[in-house]
Amino acid sequence: MNRLEQSSLYQLTIVRFRLILREPEAIFWIFIFPILLAVGLGIAFRNRPADVLRVGATTGQLARALAEDKGLSASTMDEVRGAKALATGNILLLAIESPAGVTYKFDDTNPDARTARMLVDRDLQAAAGQRDAVHVQNQLVHETGSRYIDFVIPGLLGMNLMGSAMWGLGFSIVEARQKKLLKRLVASPMPRWQYLMSFILSRLAMLVLEVLAFLGFARLVFGVPFRGPLWQLGFLCVLTSLAFSALGLLVASRAKNMEVVSGLMNLVMLPMWILSGIFFSASRFPIVIQPLVRALPLTAAIDAMRGNMLQGMSLGQLGIPVAILTAWLVAAFGVSLRIFRWR
Amino acid sequence: MTDLQTGVIPTPERGSRSPSLKLSGLRKAFGDVVAVDGLDLEVASGECFGLLGPNGAGKTTTIEICEGLTEPDAGQVQLLGLDWNTGARALRQRIGVQLQETQFPDKLTVEETLRLFRSFYRQGISVDESIRTAQLEEKRGARVGTLSGGQKQRLAMACALVGDPELLFLDEPTTGLDPQARRHLWDLVDQLKLAGRTIILTTHYMEEAERLCDRVAIIDHGRVIARGTVQQLIASVGAEHVVEFAVTGEERSHGVVNAAALLAIPGIQSHRVDAGLHQLSVSELHVAVPRIFAALSAQGLHLSEFRTHSASLEDVFVGLTGRNLRDE
Repeated sequence: MNRLEQSSLYQLTIVRFRLILREPEAIFWIFIFPILLAVGLGIAFRNRPADVLRVGATTGQLARALAEDKGLSASTMDEVRGAKALATGNILLLAIESPAGVTYKFDDTNPDARTARMLVDRDLQAAAGQRDAVHVQNQLVHETGSRYIDFVIPGLLGMNLMGSAMWGLGFSIVEARQKKLLKRLVASPMPRWQYLMSFILSRLAMLVLEVLAFLGFARLVFGVPFRGPLWQLGFLCVLTSLAFSALGLLVASRAKNMEVVSGLMNLVMLPMWILSGIFFSASRFPIVIQPLVRALPLTAAIDAMRGNMLQGMSLGQLGIPVAILTAWLVAAFGVSLRIFRWR
Repeated sequence: MTDLQTGVIPTPERGSRSPSLKLSGLRKAFGDVVAVDGLDLEVASGECFGLLGPNGAGKTTTIEICEGLTEPDAGQVQLLGLDWNTGARALRQRIGVQLQETQFPDKLTVEETLRLFRSFYRQGISVDESIRTAQLEEKRGARVGTLSGGQKQRLAMACALVGDPELLFLDEPTTGLDPQARRHLWDLVDQLKLAGRTIILTTHYMEEAERLCDRVAIIDHGRVIARGTVQQLIASVGAEHVVEFAVTGEERSHGVVNAAALLAIPGIQSHRVDAGLHQLSVSELHVAVPRIFAALSAQGLHLSEFRTHSASLEDVFVGLTGRNLRDE
């Protein structure tokens, strides 16, 4: 134990660890924030019985024809009140009886309103005597793993690993440079590689806690599935964290003060927050920018984690995202070591 | 600006071995600004050597070149018989460094900080001993962020000492400290001197150089303009006292002092005016002062201020450059 305590790599690493743990804000962002986000999204997008759609009708006769439908809640109102209710979003559709028949007033860009139009029309046509030409039956499926929360948990995990690795490295290094601590360390016989290594070691130690806390929560509270091998998921988390640590090192390698590094960090992370498919699938972006979207390290990380957790894919099947992450790791680390400013 | 006594001052006796530090022809420019402009220096082993000069004179650049933190554009640097190109690893183990304005992490304790620095050195004193030397026993478990300016500076000293260095560099160790904290730090340097360490320190406080340094080099615009013991430098002014006075004159003389009449007084070596304050270097105060009074009164002038002090390094600097140390 005593020999270990005298080792400079041990001292540098334990100092990093102490500094992280003594920073209450850091603890919040690393541990609490992703869980709060998951809870918020879990509540907002929880799977509910299909929504009851609120509609209005100008006559009691129309309203009665709609009353039978469990998917609709119809109320009678005159045209003026109905228009107002439409404008404020209280109803999705207003059915107006006219001498020529019925007019539907609704916003056709709102999917719920389009659904309401179909239901209302079907009910009114049936009330008027239309019959189904084909007999149909429904079979309902609610499977874990296909819910929104299952989709978003790997996204949040990737986002969290990116944030903690980049801020953790970038901020601490630039702070040490700004406060002339870096210069003071370089004036001592400290081996420089050990300084950088201490960041990586403390990052990996934090990673274990961070990932266990977040995924444990997702498992216990939301029952998110882990279909792939867990050790491979662990490997993906380590690779992701290392790639973003390297990127954080690169961003911090020359910045002289916190303002510069904050700007650079946001510049690097913002495109990934938007494009990498944290909250929705990255394939929604136009085909022309897909090569760019796919090349981003966060896209690769999230794809790989979704593949592992949701589809049970093995590392062998995740070759492309793993290769992209590795390429980022090697390139960013290589460049930053060359251009790093030690004072 | 002349080098006052090149070759006049012998290397002190106790530095019998090869010098601890030898700089020759050192030059460093940052863009258009020449920070160090052909600087030569030798510091003997066991000496406490001061680099004295105004802010921006090139002291910090010089000391950082010595510490291997800045690469000189030209010139040689030798420390403990080694140089930075070939002996960097060994040198780092053997020197101690305290930089201007290092901020240690606020959230580490004094002991943790020292434990970290101690781990970089193969040999050195114990963390406990460094804490005792810096008189930080009561603050051992306190976080750095809670320390006073003087305590932080003593922590920086302790970090420089944990490797038991043969050669210690202190860059403006007392700048920004209150007088009491400064005196406290001076006592600490005194102890280190007694222990026989070679110390090189920069300062722009002449009292500090006078109090601590065996020898001093006065630096201005990147060059050494004078060097020697404090006594030798003060003697070089040519008179051991300085008289300062200001006058209010009657209408007809417009308050103008006839300098020639003053310089004619025996014992007055020089006269200069700075912002209405006249300065005379005087060798025999008791003879000169009555005559100064008489001369001024003969010119129809009234004294509004009059004081004398013993010549100091400040006066050496003023004599050499025509400026005050603190002007910049």
